[in-house]
Amino acid sequence: MEISVKINGEEHRQEVEPRTLLVHFLRDQIGLTGTNIGCDTSSCGACTVHVNGESVKSCTMFAVQADGEEVLTIEGLASNGELHPMQEAFRQCHALQCGYCTPGMVMASVSLIQENPNPTEAEVREGLEGNLCRCTGYHNIVKAVMEVAK
Amino acid sequence: MSIMGTRVLRKEDPKFLTEGATYTADVRDPRLEGAAHVHFVRSTFAHAKITSIDISDAASMPGVLGICTADDIPEDVGTVPAAVPLFPPSMMNRPLLATGTARFVGEPVVAVVAETPTQAADAADMVFVDYEPLPVAIDIEDANADNNIIFDDVGTNTAVDFAMMGMATGIGEEDIFADCDVVVKQRIINHKTAPAPLEGRSVACVWEGEKLIIWLSSQAPHGFKGALPGVYEGIDCQVICPDVGGGFGQKIGGTPEELIMPHLSRVYNRPMRWTETRTENFIGIGHGRAQVQYATIGGSSDGEIQSYRLEVIGDSGAYCGLGAFLPFFTHIMAAGVYKIPKIETAAKSVVTNTAPVLAYRGAGRPEATAAIERAIDIFAAECGLSAVEVRRKNLIPADAFPYTTPHGTEYDSGAYETSLDKALEAADYQALLAEQAARRERGDRIQLGIGVSVYVEITGGPAPGGAEFARVHITPEGKAQIFSGAFSHGQSHATTFAMVAADQLGMSIDDIEVVQGDTDKVPEGTGTFASRSLQFGGSAVYDSSREVANQAREIAAKLLEADAEDVVLDTSTGAFHVQGTPAVSKSWADVAAAAANDGVTLQHEGSHNANCSYPFGAHVVVAEVDTETGEVTVPKIVTCDDSGTILNPNIIEGQRHGGIAQGIAQALTEEFVYDEDGNPVTSNFADYGFISAAELPSFTLVPLETPTPNNPLGAKGIGESGAIGSTPALQSAVVNALSHLGIRHIDIPLSPERVWSAISDS
Repeated sequence: MEISVKINGEEHRQEVEPRTLLVHFLRDQIGLTGTNIGCDTSSCGACTVHVNGESVKSCTMFAVQADGEEVLTIEGLASNGELHPMQEAFRQCHALQCGYCTPGMVMASVSLIQENPNPTEAEVREGLEGNLCRCTGYHNIVKAVMEVAK
Repeated sequence: MSIMGTRVLRKEDPKFLTEGATYTADVRDPRLEGAAHVHFVRSTFAHAKITSIDISDAASMPGVLGICTADDIPEDVGTVPAAVPLFPPSMMNRPLLATGTARFVGEPVVAVVAETPTQAADAADMVFVDYEPLPVAIDIEDANADNNIIFDDVGTNTAVDFAMMGMATGIGEEDIFADCDVVVKQRIINHKTAPAPLEGRSVACVWEGEKLIIWLSSQAPHGFKGALPGVYEGIDCQVICPDVGGGFGQKIGGTPEELIMPHLSRVYNRPMRWTETRTENFIGIGHGRAQVQYATIGGSSDGEIQSYRLEVIGDSGAYCGLGAFLPFFTHIMAAGVYKIPKIETAAKSVVTNTAPVLAYRGAGRPEATAAIERAIDIFAAECGLSAVEVRRKNLIPADAFPYTTPHGTEYDSGAYETSLDKALEAADYQALLAEQAARRERGDRIQLGIGVSVYVEITGGPAPGGAEFARVHITPEGKAQIFSGAFSHGQSHATTFAMVAADQLGMSIDDIEVVQGDTDKVPEGTGTFASRSLQFGGSAVYDSSREVANQAREIAAKLLEADAEDVVLDTSTGAFHVQGTPAVSKSWADVAAAAANDGVTLQHEGSHNANCSYPFGAHVVVAEVDTETGEVTVPKIVTCDDSGTILNPNIIEGQRHGGIAQGIAQALTEEFVYDEDGNPVTSNFADYGFISAAELPSFTLVPLETPTPNNPLGAKGIGESGAIGSTPALQSAVVNALSHLGIRHIDIPLSPERVWSAISDS
């Protein structure tokens, strides 16, 4: 069926198989490969994007459910060549190594701070529980999020 | 000021943060247009004869291009090349698809090729394989008893007895514990864990005439290129590893699913892609650790250790890959940081009906540390002494280096007591002891435990050492390109190798490009594993940078109309000038242009050979144990890890953080579990206790720099240290929290059930 989705500010009208997951639509049909797939149980959060401003694991919804909605991916987060404060904080704090969890982790972190602008460290850790990282031990990720919250 | 030792931000990050890295599944090379996709049908039995395979329904499914079983693989396609040629051939020469017999759940049996990944997966569901179940060997000790034999032609499940190969001391006639006042023995389980890089395996390949171009997610592009001719004799190939989403030891060699791809691409005459699911990564490729150990320790009642014996049975899984070799590393590092007069080791590997065991962050060395640290704790408890003081009493002193253990391992440098002191001080050990005493006095439900470990490991591979390639090339514009045989999959070589060259060439790191992960661009290489890259690969960059600087001085001398001997390169500015007259100088751009004009290429390449290094450190972990539920929480982790000279503190700390988290994970939440029939129980992220941010505290890192004399950078490996010290420290902390109940040992992972049971049984 045909769907129309606004992705990173740009309107996309495309034919999709009803069973296509949003993450596959973004990666394979739109060509936005910044969003990664890390698991098959909606556990890892590597595919986290924003749908209408809220963070969503894009493997948990079908592309057709995004019909008429606005999607923001890592590729759309920086504006006019300026890193988003969360991207900048990740860079300054060395909060990424292999980079695989990073797009999802950044998108989840942006959402976390929008919902709770002054979190405690425990709240940040709790809030990012659904985004897994194998490289950083989360130390610098938590640090980066706390930096943005300051 | 030198760039060395400074917190340079990563060159990798702007791309990774704004558009994402380019992993194999993201590669959109035009040569891969119209690629077909592979899906594997995997064994659902741990051990079974394959009696028939019915592909008729699957073959007629939409989009299916073909179906490949073991019978369809021609004879000139070989088996998986042995990682280490030490084992019986049938155990080591694993077929690309299960042939006649399936030996673990998850072993690929059939490859289905279709136009899209979903069509391939749908068709794979319609392949019917008939199995005739065979008796299984799942548990290590059960397999070791040879109750059920997995390879009939070998006649035993033992793949290797290292003592018989001269790779362990063996148990001597003389009783080394005869003179000891106190002797304790403990059985220790070091369970299976999943490396679980966030990116699993992924391959894309295409034939251009007789040449194979293959993209894959690997830690060692040249290693994979070296493996291919073992399967395809005389193959001409280019291996390209784009960005890789972590490895942790899992992506060192070639696996059957990866190695069969060139065959499928050739037969179906299409570019071919395969990207595994998380479940395939969990059940299909293998796990780390997997040992049962018996540690015996003896000494005087005042805490002086006289003798130590470590007996190891390593699980190699169903086929002998690198994992089957790792008990040898455990033997090498058995003595830990202690001066022990008598040491005996016995080590063997046995096959089981589980996924092949592989290298995982530390690979054989964490197991050695886990054993000796547990043994010290239990010995101290038996003597009625503080485990910290028993450690201190037996540490190899700082003036003893280089130090050779009684069983022949030569440590380069160390300051073990310093690391222990620093870690204890940063943890405020005395205050922790007071808090622990107060909680015990009050009979608090939440008891406090303090765990300490001191470790040493070998990095760079088995002794004596290793080599890595680098070429440094100056472009006609006066910028530098580094072609490295090491390969970053998160370790930041684009930044750190540029720093090494920048320091020697006097260039900005922005003018230095690091080229890696392409076997056509980099003529030789080894890869990144065993914490080897900076010490070998970085040293190779250092060597070649210096040589190139010398070549450039010759050109600069001509421009300056001076003798080359009198010309210096000011590495703070990148300017060449005559000694003493910096006002008249030539830049890299001037020199490169002159060289190009003269038809001279400013370039040097070579391999740097170096001895292994022995990083060390001390970890203090605090555990809180709920004595009613057995739940463990970890409020504090302090580590003092020495990795020699520090190049970039950010990168070093990041490596430590990741290692610590994985080590804590093994002790606390992560275990890859098979049931008694060999069915994987924890085969995805929903069932496996992959550690999250919520289970960890922030870490306190104490710096320590003891340069190694073994390479010009003074650098030791740091990739694995965190995972080596933290596991036994947490285990020790939990036991320590419950020691007043008479508990001396609880195996890991320290699940609430296991801890609660230990409390209940006490």
